[in-house]
Amino acid sequence: MQSAIIVFPGSNRERDAAVALKRATGREPLHVWHRETDFPDVDLILLPGGFSYGDYLRCGAMAAQSPIMREVKARAAKGVPILGICNGFQILVETGLLPGALLRNASLKFICRRVDLKVEKTDTIFTAKYKQGDIIRVPVAHGDGNYVADAETLKRVEGNGQVAFRYVGEVNGSANDIAGITDETGRILGLMPHPEDATDASHGGIDGVKLFAGLAEALAA
Amino acid sequence: MNNQGSMNAHDPKAVALAKEHGLSPAEYQHMLDIVGREPTLTEIGIFGAMWSEHCSYKSSKNWLRKLPTTGARVICGPGENAGVVDIGEGQALVFKMESHNHPSYIEPYQGAATGVGGIMRDVFTMGARPIANMNALRFGDPSHPKTRHLVAGVVAGIGDYGNCMGVPTVGGETNFHSAYNGNILVNAMTVGLADANKIFYSAAAGIGNPVVYVGSKTGRDGIKGAVMASDVFTEDSQAKRPTVQVGDPFAEKLLLEACLELMETDSIVAIQDMGAAGMTSSSIEMAAKGKLGIQIDLDLVPQREEGMSAYEIMLSESQERMVIILKPGREGDAAAIFRKWELDFAVIGHLTDTGRLVLTRHGKVEADLPVLPLVDEAPRYDRPIEPTPAPAPVSAKDYPLPAKPLDILKTLVGSPDLASRRWIAEQYDSLVRGDTLAGPGQSDAAIVRLPDSNRAIAITTDCTPRYVVADPHMGGRQAVAEAWRNLTASGALPIAVTDNMNFGSPEIPRIMGQFAQSIEGMAEACQALSFPVVSGNVSLYNATGNEPILPTPAIGAVGLIEDASKIAKIGFPAEGLTLLLIGEGKGEIGRSIYLREIHGTEAGVPPEVDLKVERHNGDFVRGLIHAGAVTTCHDVSDGGLLVAVAEMAMESGIGAKLDLPAEAGLLFGEDQARYIIATANPDAIEAKAGAAAVPVRRIGTTGGTALTLGSDSVAVKTLKDAHEGWLPAYMAGKS
Repeated sequence: MQSAIIVFPGSNRERDAAVALKRATGREPLHVWHRETDFPDVDLILLPGGFSYGDYLRCGAMAAQSPIMREVKARAAKGVPILGICNGFQILVETGLLPGALLRNASLKFICRRVDLKVEKTDTIFTAKYKQGDIIRVPVAHGDGNYVADAETLKRVEGNGQVAFRYVGEVNGSANDIAGITDETGRILGLMPHPEDATDASHGGIDGVKLFAGLAEALAA
Repeated sequence: MNNQGSMNAHDPKAVALAKEHGLSPAEYQHMLDIVGREPTLTEIGIFGAMWSEHCSYKSSKNWLRKLPTTGARVICGPGENAGVVDIGEGQALVFKMESHNHPSYIEPYQGAATGVGGIMRDVFTMGARPIANMNALRFGDPSHPKTRHLVAGVVAGIGDYGNCMGVPTVGGETNFHSAYNGNILVNAMTVGLADANKIFYSAAAGIGNPVVYVGSKTGRDGIKGAVMASDVFTEDSQAKRPTVQVGDPFAEKLLLEACLELMETDSIVAIQDMGAAGMTSSSIEMAAKGKLGIQIDLDLVPQREEGMSAYEIMLSESQERMVIILKPGREGDAAAIFRKWELDFAVIGHLTDTGRLVLTRHGKVEADLPVLPLVDEAPRYDRPIEPTPAPAPVSAKDYPLPAKPLDILKTLVGSPDLASRRWIAEQYDSLVRGDTLAGPGQSDAAIVRLPDSNRAIAITTDCTPRYVVADPHMGGRQAVAEAWRNLTASGALPIAVTDNMNFGSPEIPRIMGQFAQSIEGMAEACQALSFPVVSGNVSLYNATGNEPILPTPAIGAVGLIEDASKIAKIGFPAEGLTLLLIGEGKGEIGRSIYLREIHGTEAGVPPEVDLKVERHNGDFVRGLIHAGAVTTCHDVSDGGLLVAVAEMAMESGIGAKLDLPAEAGLLFGEDQARYIIATANPDAIEAKAGAAAVPVRRIGTTGGTALTLGSDSVAVKTLKDAHEGWLPAYMAGKS
């Protein structure tokens, strides 16, 4: 399986993601610089955590307008799976590949800690190795993870079963405790927590391993 | 400019102007002797900045020389942007701690943020990628009306900057004391990792080589910041807000990546970040180190604002900027890298053989000064010192337990200085890069794995100002010893120190005496513990009017862990383990938190640090961790033995049954050189301790969900609620 990590100038968790992907797939992911618009065909595109272009405006808003995201959108339309983590999730909602928006945490403070997530959806390539209702422990590290959507969108997202992960307990004010959602096809996942930082015993937990292992299995070429 | 020969500082207007720039009449006269004619405003500004306490260390230099700065691992000691130590396998650690006290009091968010930005630049300037940030913070009394606002701003500023940079903030310390009411301390530390044979230095070389400016544009922020930081605060200090810099962590992230990319090519002769006194100190220090001249056309400096004068450009402390001396012909490739990262890149001048700094603006010479005298002839003062009188000792007998020990314990773990710092730590990304093996509160030192290896480093920041004020000598010794002990308790071999000397006005003999005595105590400890000082920073004039801060020689220290699987954390890992106290105490309660919080007095003599015992006990404990015999260890420090046990219990949720008499000195004394370990094989460890002549004592057994002492008992959860509750409640305005 060949994956590509999109690197914006302010990305800062691309290394964490690369380590997790390599550990799961045995293969070094491509690093695609944000100014490139042409990169080889890949089995997975990962948008990593960080602060894409500084995010002084709205997180991910500028990245959503970047040339590379036009290309990511085109690949998504062809069915290439996309995984957006943290800033990557913010970019996906700003791009419109996922519904809703991510606002400042309800506490108005950055939050870095390990949280419990409930797995809500297992019929995706990202979550196939989890069991419905599994509680997994994964860190969050964000200032803008408060998921919101208008009532109609929220109803649709819930009705379609697009919620992949939910926080157990209050973390950042997210509507319905939503921590991660997919698009309607289940080929695009965005989530605020960092499964890539829960893939090694030294991280204090390995509950993120199944996500990457599941991808490696599903996308094995 | 008219050359008027030798000058005398008679003109009262000129003397007043010099004073505005922090130059005394004698210093101004010395400057005139060097310049030999009427100086321009820009030149006065340059002298004022270079000869400020902040840049010249004029009051402290003679004392700093007493610190040991060499050792087998030291690649570069004090004097460069940061210290460099060899950690084997071709790798080096580059680290330093630096203060941003004055700006953080005036504008806490930006002051703290740019403090973090500045120290990271110091580290990556030398070719190292920052892998961990730490900090040491001191705030005023919680009841002071400004404290809450300052805590909130400083923490957010540190967090936002480090989080955006993608450098984990893995630990630190925070104290509250009324002596900091009008002058908080924000000391930030960065540790970076570099190839030992690819360290970059700041000495300019090569006549004709291009002088290059990279990074963000220059604006009017932070002008005269170094001068501001070299004076005590007065009523109108808030009017100095324009002297506080504004941080842009995204620009710094770009600068970091661009510099590291340029360093991969063979292009750089010398590199220096623009920190305090901006272009002035960077250009002059680089030229002085290379004993060369430097010619700069200020029109070529990228500028954010229109109509900036030579004076403003030279004294701006705009952030995220660097000066680089390139090898000839490398400009094109270097420019391409900075273009890629969307940063300014401009050749602004070249090195000369004149030994002079020559600045032009709009074709006019605005400064023409000899470089070396600006540095070498900077004032150096042997300020009068007055030693701190020895405090009257107190005895534990005079301060008996006023309540049941466990009730006192509950009060202590929920008191401002001992309460959980989680509210702070969770605002810092402590996990990015995926190598944090022990983050805030998990071990006595933060532990960070070296990328793609099984080696790790440990980092700590320590100082106990309430000891230092009582006995600066012992307090200086203790700060170093505690840092060494914390590294040891994590399983690391302590290797080197950075110091951040925060004191009041050096012009007051009593304060200068605190400084001098602290240095002597630190030097002894560094010597005895083979713990050289490789970098540091001095921040004086930390006072508001006549009220100085507590003397605070903050120590940042790093240690090396050769096998990342052999580390120790503080939480009880299981029930049924025996608790052993390594080391012994006399029940010293002088200056203890018990005395302050329970008896309301800050009296007595601080605990003695016997450096021989410290090293002996510490080496023994570290040996146990290295041998894999111990994985749970916590030093006994603030609050004493019972607090240490409680911290171990609260970290894991597992309780303990303690077998200790209800004596204040034993339970709450802060005697040094002690550790608690939890073990399933107490007999083996006691045998080893016996053979090594290290005192050891069984103090209890882990188990259950409560701490039990005699017939008294308290649920770990009750303690934890008190411990975790204070800071969030305080910040929410509820306590």
